[in-house]
This record gives sequence, structure tokens and C-alpha cells, in this order.
Amino acid sequence: MGASSTSERLTTALQEISSNVRNMKQMEYFVLCRRTNQIKEELRQGVRKSYREVIDVSWGDPHRAGVKPLSFVRQVLAACLYPQLMDGDKLMGDVKERAQRLLRTCAGGSVGSYSDIAGIPQIVQSVSEYIVRRDGGVPCHPKNIYITPGSQWALTNILKVLVNSEASPRTGVLIPVPCHSTTIISLTALGAVAVPYYLREERSWALEVEELQRALESAKGVCNPVALYIINPGNPAGYVQSRKCMQEVIRFAAEKKLFLLADEVYQDCVYGKESEFVSYKRVLAEIGAPLSDTVELASFHTASKGLMGECGLRAGYVELVNLDPAVMKYIHKLFSTNTCPVLGQIALDVMVNPPQPGDPSYPLYLKETQHIRASLAENVRRVEEVINSIPSFSCQSLEGGAFAFPRVFLQPKAIERAKEAGLQPDTFYCMRLLEEAGVLFSPGTEYGQKEGTYHIRFCIMTPTDTMEEILKRLSTFHKQFMKEFS
Amino acid sequence: MSATRVQFISPRTLRLLSPGRSALFLPGCGGPHRGGGVPGFRSLTSPPLSSSSSPGRALSSLSTTRRALPKTKMSDNGTMSRGKVLTIDNMNPTVKKVEYAVRGPIVQRAVELEKELSEGMKKPFAEVIRANIGDAQAMGQQPITFFRQVLALCSYPDLLSDSTFPEDAKSRACRILNSCGGNSMGAYSASQGIGSVRQDVARFIERRDGGVPCNPDNIYLTTGASDGIVTMLKLLVCGEGATRTGVMISIPQYPLYSAALADLSAVQINYYLNEEKCWSLDISELQRALDEARLHCNPRALCIINPGNPTGQVQSRECIEDVIRFAAKERLFLMADEIMFTPNIRHCVPYSQVYQDNVYAEGCQFHSFKKVLFEMGPEYSETVELASFHSTSKCYMGECGFRGGYMEIINMDDDVKDQLTKLFSVRLCSPVPGQALMDLVERTTTLSALAEKAKLTEQVLNTVEGIRCNPVQGAMYSFPCITIPERAIQEAKKLGQQPDMFYCMKMLEETGICLVPGSGFGQREGTYHFRMTILPPKDKLKILLNNVKEFHQRFTQQYS
Repeated sequence: MGASSTSERLTTALQEISSNVRNMKQMEYFVLCRRTNQIKEELRQGVRKSYREVIDVSWGDPHRAGVKPLSFVRQVLAACLYPQLMDGDKLMGDVKERAQRLLRTCAGGSVGSYSDIAGIPQIVQSVSEYIVRRDGGVPCHPKNIYITPGSQWALTNILKVLVNSEASPRTGVLIPVPCHSTTIISLTALGAVAVPYYLREERSWALEVEELQRALESAKGVCNPVALYIINPGNPAGYVQSRKCMQEVIRFAAEKKLFLLADEVYQDCVYGKESEFVSYKRVLAEIGAPLSDTVELASFHTASKGLMGECGLRAGYVELVNLDPAVMKYIHKLFSTNTCPVLGQIALDVMVNPPQPGDPSYPLYLKETQHIRASLAENVRRVEEVINSIPSFSCQSLEGGAFAFPRVFLQPKAIERAKEAGLQPDTFYCMRLLEEAGVLFSPGTEYGQKEGTYHIRFCIMTPTDTMEEILKRLSTFHKQFMKEFS
Repeated sequence: MSATRVQFISPRTLRLLSPGRSALFLPGCGGPHRGGGVPGFRSLTSPPLSSSSSPGRALSSLSTTRRALPKTKMSDNGTMSRGKVLTIDNMNPTVKKVEYAVRGPIVQRAVELEKELSEGMKKPFAEVIRANIGDAQAMGQQPITFFRQVLALCSYPDLLSDSTFPEDAKSRACRILNSCGGNSMGAYSASQGIGSVRQDVARFIERRDGGVPCNPDNIYLTTGASDGIVTMLKLLVCGEGATRTGVMISIPQYPLYSAALADLSAVQINYYLNEEKCWSLDISELQRALDEARLHCNPRALCIINPGNPTGQVQSRECIEDVIRFAAKERLFLMADEIMFTPNIRHCVPYSQVYQDNVYAEGCQFHSFKKVLFEMGPEYSETVELASFHSTSKCYMGECGFRGGYMEIINMDDDVKDQLTKLFSVRLCSPVPGQALMDLVERTTTLSALAEKAKLTEQVLNTVEGIRCNPVQGAMYSFPCITIPERAIQEAKKLGQQPDMFYCMKMLEETGICLVPGSGFGQREGTYHFRMTILPPKDKLKILLNNVKEFHQRFTQQYS
């Protein structure tokens, strides 16, 4: 109840709240977060534990996990923020050049000004050129791009346009299981029905069209599915879809009249030996007419992931393909209610236009990005090796994305104990891991999983020594945990 | 409304669905056909329009979203065979109601004009002046060096070893970085905001409010102020039909409110500010609006914008007390939009000097709703629920591009607060540089010239016949009332435009000055206004006002 004791008088105005909000899943992860903060405080106060600090790899947040920001990005940001820096010789010529060019695109020459609705036009242009290069020449019109405060904001608002809040039956959206939790929550908040399609774990989390078919059938009488949400490369599972799979998905979407939502924020994080990232837009274009002229697609990308990892700046974009111009008009209006922070837009500009060979900043940029890539490759190797050597763990091969999502086989006794504690079994596992080993993962239950299976998710974009420490703590903890509940 | 409960279909639920039920499934309203629906529809799927599959052509037609596309064909039985999944008829109808005048058609035209100018096209003006939006730095206001130094240090911490940066900027940057994940502004923060920043904001509020305590747990750092306002409304709005939530907003209002309420299908309850009394707020008008609304909805919240936007008035302490009593009596959740507040009192003092001989008993000292609430004693301070909103964009900071802001909540039910936190978590976190900037709120500057500009604006505009301008007491906008000749009104109607939209569009075409028509904010029927920022440098403002004056005279002559 309320904070006040005068509760008679205080029949608060705000007790009944939106049912859509009420129905949004309270993430179990919050329980873990709260406990993490307590433990950190205990450690600060000198309480003795078997670890000296908590390692938090529950988010897809490279900087939090210890990855250093790219110098070129930060130098350009600093120069834009405080242009006096460009007077001295502290910054390389290409940094100054970039900052000056970008400042000229800002109203009043300041990053403190509002930008246009879709983003600073010159940066939108750079993004579209980047997309053309990425997609081997498939054209991209800047007018179809919106730079937004994070890709999730763009996704939520495209969903808002798709989900008819007044329709009966309600609007459905096909979502993968597992699926990163923010999208599920956004759907709930909009009053939509999430229609799950299960990825096949045994086959490296493959997406099978028969399963899409089943999912669509399952919606009959429940909701009216209008969109198919795809995450590629995967989150939380680390798959990368093949071109063939994507072609099938596109054909399916065309046949079933589904709007395609392609969450491609991990497109720069692909490390599987056989894997290659291909965008949905490109595959759609390559399929040719009539599909390439008709299938409606929204593709999302961000400055938060990849090598840059600038989550805190909140910058992403959406490219919209084959939308009805009349609908675009309303999307424009809706998107005008919020604009992307200018610093984030600057980071995006650097992301789509990094230093090139011959530029003064290039050697350092190359060194830093190579280091990140090499660490990631090493982490992938070690995670697969160590996790798969632990009994009762299995980890599909990691092809892309920022996470490992291994399956953990929990004993009946552990499951029983979790129930007593009022937690999902994998949340219980993560809670114990946190308590005893000081490592924060997030439980598979947040993402959806086949009934009776349990998983944990953790970010693998960390320095290699951090990953070694995580794996060491996990192995030790797991042995004990299994012994306790055997 | 149990039928509208959200659900996540589990495989188990699905097994329970009988084939008989699915046969009853009908396509959603407006949605022409769904593959998963009635089997017969599936056969209608798209006979190719063209047999050509030349990749070249496919590529060229891809990404033509905004170009007109061939009209959809109708099939024999009346369903569209090649229509879009997402059409104007089946899209979320609430989105269609969203209007955002501040960035509406006038601004779109301004962008086009700028482009035309840059391409060398001849216009009767050399540049477009964006007087529509309160963007201080776009108008030439210099950023505060200290803020930018701290942010530059946070962005690129190698600069911490640079001796040209002052020590206080360095220590502030270190403090902020220490509370960022991985010591980087590039890490997500907690969705409520960085802990140490919330502490600093709380201390700032305590100082602002003369020691009234502020708990950092009640502070949420937001993406501009709009993030907080929209999220709060999202939380508030519920019920159906006669129990649908109603929200009281002032007319004129800032269009963010009407846009958000339309989007949420909430009932907008208008109360009119009194233009004759310098846009003051009358409790009797609040009562009238509320009583009328109670007949068809459930009013739950009262939004107040102080200092006013677009109207620029500053509410008296007495008025705020009345509003609080009213909210308590009527059990309304108070939303105080105080984003136009400048914490530097010096900014306001010149106004009271300017207007000390005026009829208004009190000057225009800003009082926060929270402070007044706490000074009214426990009967109110422990019961009235309040959310107040602030941002880095306005007056003293003028850093619009960072999208920083905060919201403070008072007396909110604990359970509801959990729901609020959950709702914020969907957008992960607000931009961290904006949060860092919020940390610096107490380092303020004088925008002393603003008072002078306000006076200048009022004086010049009031010399024009057909323009009547209230004194601008706070904020950074003027919202004068304009007389539009009958013939111009008829002309506008022919074009399907609001008369003041017609007026502003003409002004833009002829002078390059971009204003927002009053109709975007709401106004009493038959009255017309525009909103103009008073931020441009004084010499520029003079020219601007003169151009407005000349345009108005020309316009009046042309149409009378």
C-alpha cells in the first residue's frame, strides 16, 4: 500500500492502472538485479564472500562487461561537445575533420540543438549509403530511414502502428522462442498477442518454416496475426540464419500476408566459421519481383551493439521497405514525437563510416577493433569448450550475436527447491550463482523456452580474462550445485 | 473487459482450441485477409503482377516506400488480392489521431524551403528562421563551457590528463563515470537512471525548494520530458466507455499532451486559460470542465504547465495552492509540467522589476508544485499524488539535443511505482549523456537578455493593429492573439486549413519565418494565435519582429 499512513484519506487516485501495463511481465531478472545491488553494497561494507566483485554479464552491454570504447568514436564526440579541443594538436586531423563536418550539420553548429525528425539529414544519407554497400548495391532511399533513440524505440513504435488496439480479435505478432524480453513486454503493453514459434535448439536454433506454419495455425480463433518478428543474428541464442532459411521466411511472409520485422542489431557480430550475415532487405531484393515489390519489411539496427557498443547513447535506426505511402505519413507523425539524441547520431555516423586505410586514426582503430574481434573469437572458443565439458550443460555452437544461451539440465530436487522459493528453476539457478559465485546471468525463463527446458544467458563480449574468470566461477559453482541437489 | 487481457499463447492453450472455434474466426476489422484465417482466402494470394523477375527491376522498385504504388486490385469476391499487410484502413486507428503541431506541416515546408534555398532557388528571403521551436542553441545561444567540458571528459576520459581542463570539471566527470557501468557513458544505465545523478538531482530539488526533502528513489531520469509525461499517462489510462480515463489539460496546451492522449485513446478534458487575465488559470473553469467530463468519462489526472507553454505565464503561489486543493478534493493525480522553469531566479527577477507597476499583485516568482504542496501541511503533502517533469532542453541549459530530463513522483502507491519502473524498463534507459547533463543542473547561467527580449516582443507586437500580446512572464515563447480578416478565413476554409495555419504558411512562404499556428495548441473558438520563440539574439529578434509586423499589415490589407 501507499507510503502514507493516513490510508483512509488516501484512496489514491492512482490504484487502478492500465491493464496492458499491469499485464506486462515483471521480469524475474529484477529480483536478481535487486540482489546484485545488495551484494555490491555488502562487498563495499566489507562483508566477506568468496569473490571480491560481482561480474554482471546479464546485459548485451559490452562496455559494462569491460570492453573499451573505440577511441575514434569518443574523440569525435568529445570534439563535437567541446569544439575548443580542436584548437590544439591533441586530436588527429581526421577526428577534427569529422567533428567539424558533423557540427556543420547541426542547427546553430551545436550538438545541443534539436535535429530533424528522421535524424540529421546528412547522417541519414550516410546510413543509407552504408546500407547500399552492405547489401551489395541494393538501392536504399534515405527517406525510408528513421534514426531513433535506440532501435527498441523504433521497434515499439512500428509495432504500435501494426497493432490495432481496438480490433477484435486482437492483433497477433509471431515471435521466436527464445526471444529477447523487451519485445515481448512491448507487445504486451500494446495489447497484442505474442504468437510463439519455437526455434529448434538441437539444430543450432534453426528456424523451420513448418514451425511457423504451426504457430500461425495456432493463432486461429485467438488473434489476427499481422507480423512476423525475426531476430538475426540471434538474441538470446547465438544463431545466424542462412540465406536459404531467409528466403523461405520471406516466401512464407508473402504467402501469409505478414509484415516482416527484422531485428538485425547484431549484424556486425558474426563469428561462426560458416556463418555470414545477410540482411533481409538484400535477400528480399534478390528474390526479385513480385515479392521484392510487395513484402513489407522493417529492418532495425543500432549503435549499441557490434564493435562500438555505445548502448548508453541511445541511437538506432529503422529502414522501412515497401510500405504504403499513406501509412508512412502516419509513421512520420508518430516518430516526430521523439528524436534521437544528437551524440547518438554522431556515433551512428562513425559506425557507418569508420576510419579508412590511410586516415591518421586508422591504425589505432584497426588495432582496437581487431582486439575486440580476437577477444570475442577467443571467448566463443572457450565458452563452447568449457560449457560443453561441464556435465548437464549443453551449448549449441555460437555463430553470432553477443550471447551464449546454453541449456542446463537441472535435477528434480533443484526444481523442487526453486518452487519452494517461488522462483522459476533457472532463476533459482542464477540466484544461487549470483550468491555463491558473484556472477550475474539472466535466466532462460525471461526469453521463453520449451516447457521443461532451462537455460541461462550471458554476454560473451568481454575481455578474455573476464570470460576466463566467469567460466571458472561457473564451473566451480555448478559442481557444488549438482552435488547439493543430487 | 476480461476479453482484452493480454496473453502469451502457450502450446497448452493452443491444444484446447477446437477446430470448430477456428472456423468461426473472422478477419479483424479492416484487415482484409489473413493467411492464417479462413482457408479460402489463401488461394487469393497474389498472382504475380508481372512475370518479369529481372533483378535489376526488382532492385529499382524496392525501397520506393514513399513513392506512389500501383493501386491495389480487388478480387472477385471483394477482398484485395495484392493489398498491403499494413494499410491506412487496418493500421492502429489511435495512431491516426496523433497530431504534433510543433513539428507539423509548417515545419515540413520549412525544411523544403531550406533545401530550395540551398539549391539556389530565388525566394523573397535569404534564410528560414525557425522561430517555431524553443531551440536555444540553434538560435545561437552558446553552450555552457563547464557542461561541455564535463561531457567531453566523460566521452573521452584520456582528456583527464589534459591540464587545460579545470579540476572541478575533471572531478565531476570522474564522479559520473564511476557510477556508469564499466566506467563508460556507453553502457546502459539502470532504467530509472544513474544512481549518483539521481542523488545530485534530489539535492538540487531540495535546494530549489528551500529544504523540502527529496528522495532519489522518487526520481526517474527520462529521455527529454516527453518520455516521462507519456509514460505517466500510459500508466494512468484505463477503463472503457464511461469509465475511460479522462485527463484535464489546459487550452492552449503543449501538443505533446493531446498527441499522447489520442494515442492512448484517453478522453481529453479541456480547461481554458483566461487570455484576458494574462492566461491565468481559474478554479471555476477547472470545476466546469471536470463536472462536464464526469458525465461521460472518469477524470483521473490534471495536467498543469507552469511556466506556460505556449502561453508563457507564471502561476502565482495562491493559484498553485488552489489547484492543489482542487486536486485533493476531486481526487485527481497532478501532473506538473515545469520544464520551462529556469532554476536561476535572476532570470525571473528582471520580470518582476519590469512588471512591478503592473496590475498583477505578485511578480512572477516561480514556485514548484512540490514546494507549495509540502508547505500546505500533511493533509495535502501526504496525500496528493504528484508527478513533476523537467528537462535539459529549456531555458537555462538549452541543451535540446541531449534529450535529458527527469521526473519526480510524490505520494505514489508503492505497487503502482513498481509498475512505473517496469514500464520505463521497456525503453532500457534514457541517453546517458543526457543523464550526465542532468547531474549538472545546479550549475546555471543567466539568460538575463531573455527578460529584455520578452519585453521587446511584447512592445513591438502590441504596436501592430490586429495583434494583441500578453506579457511573457516566463518560458521562452510569446503567444499573441491575431485578428484574421474574414476573407482570409474563407480562403483558408476553401483550402481545408485552419485560418491560423493559412496565416503561418503564408508568413513562411513570404518571409521565411517559421511559426506554429495556435490551432496546434488549442484556442477558444473564433480566436487565432501563433507561437513564436523569443530566443533569437536581440538584433535578430528585432528584425524578426519587424518582419512579422510588416507581414501582418500586408496580410490584413490583402484580405480586407
